[in-house]
Amino acid sequence: MNIQNPIISDKPKTRAVEVTVNGQKFSRDIEPRTLLVHFIRDHLGLTGTHVGCDTSQCGACTISLNGAAVKSCTIFAVQADGADVTTIEGLAEDGRLHPLQESFWENHGLQCGFCTPGMIMASRQILDRYPDPTEEQVRHQLDGNLCRCTGYYNIVKAVMAAAKLMSQNRQGDGQ
Amino acid sequence: MYPGSFEYHVPASMQEALELMQAYGDDAKVMSGGHSLIPLMKMRLSQPAHLIDMSRMPELKGIRIAEGRIEIGAFTTHRQVETSELLRERLPLLNELAAVIADPQVRNRGTIGGSVCHADPGADFPAAMMALDAEMLCVSKAGLRTVKASEWFLGIMESALAPDEILTTIRLPMQGTDVGHAYLKLPHQASRFSVVGVAALIGRDPDDTCASARIGITGVGTTAFRARQVEAMLVGKPLTEEAILAASRFAAEGCNVQGDLATPIEQKAELCRVMVGRAIAQAAMRSTKTSS
Repeated sequence: MNIQNPIISDKPKTRAVEVTVNGQKFSRDIEPRTLLVHFIRDHLGLTGTHVGCDTSQCGACTISLNGAAVKSCTIFAVQADGADVTTIEGLAEDGRLHPLQESFWENHGLQCGFCTPGMIMASRQILDRYPDPTEEQVRHQLDGNLCRCTGYYNIVKAVMAAAKLMSQNRQGDGQ
Repeated sequence: MYPGSFEYHVPASMQEALELMQAYGDDAKVMSGGHSLIPLMKMRLSQPAHLIDMSRMPELKGIRIAEGRIEIGAFTTHRQVETSELLRERLPLLNELAAVIADPQVRNRGTIGGSVCHADPGADFPAAMMALDAEMLCVSKAGLRTVKASEWFLGIMESALAPDEILTTIRLPMQGTDVGHAYLKLPHQASRFSVVGVAALIGRDPDDTCASARIGITGVGTTAFRARQVEAMLVGKPLTEEAILAASRFAAEGCNVQGDLATPIEQKAELCRVMVGRAIAQAAMRSTKTSS
């Protein structure tokens, strides 16, 4: 790049990535510096995942990467090459809401809704790891998700209710 | 929010990685979990022209016992440390510490090697590395180098890792099962970094005197440090509430205590003294008497 003339005339070097998102394979050529959150939102058009901060603190960008809840703003899309990603859009099945989505709705676990996709994706991991969590566990495991509206009370209530719902569903399935 | 451009490399072997390190020198950065590096890159405080992603190499992850010592691969995630049965049995201080780093999402990606190389003054692992006299095993084209923890943390964000080196393993001595441990942390509310973090290991004699004391402190100075004066005051004396309180008053001695906008120097020093006292008490409570 010519510092004297800052108009960048070189086409940026790209790299091929292949990522499975919500069960669908996507192949793209992207700049390595593309953050996974921008890949998901701008390249794939899945805007349920949000950018809420500049500092990897707020968790509004939380998605599931190979089964683990991660902050997609702190991962380059090239690091997710070959990986399996689930976003908030991937939770509902056959038009039926995921128990967490139902529970957040029933328990008024959101106001503006900006933190909510991240909260739900983080909560999904909580219930994966702790199917019958205590309130304290839920609060501690939501350390990575900030909410400016609710004061967390109904969020925690929603997660606890979802735990019950999912446990009932498992019993219903004879598990 | 948008990092500068870089070339991304995924070496297939350590050999290839070392060649890349040598070829690109100061223009290259190794990426592990990326949860210290990428935030810096997003603020453009770091703009490496080349990123060498070694996080997919299985030989750099894992926890094992080798020659009577614990070895942790540098690319082992905090989640893996947190849930390690081997560590829970042999060195539970580390499970307890890893469980309170940042948040669950960060713990799924962040690694012990990254934490130790990044040398953030508020990071948690450095406190335990100092308390345990850990050794860092580094590899370069020139060969292997072992660096003691006491010589590793040089300053704010500064470790002894050379530009062409890769930290591969952290080696730790095992503690007796009778040694009590505690990791107490006062986290910053939003960032979850340590305002004060104390790693304490206390051994107890049959007559309830202190047999051994190891105290590593983070969040207070420019680097993590050993509270040697506190340790000296404890060893050989009865482990009473009074003795622990008296010793903990010296926790900030010899440390260049760092204040910030939120926490002035004297407040930080007092928080340090209080947290050290509590950590010693908890570790002492968990220690069991050595058999005579």
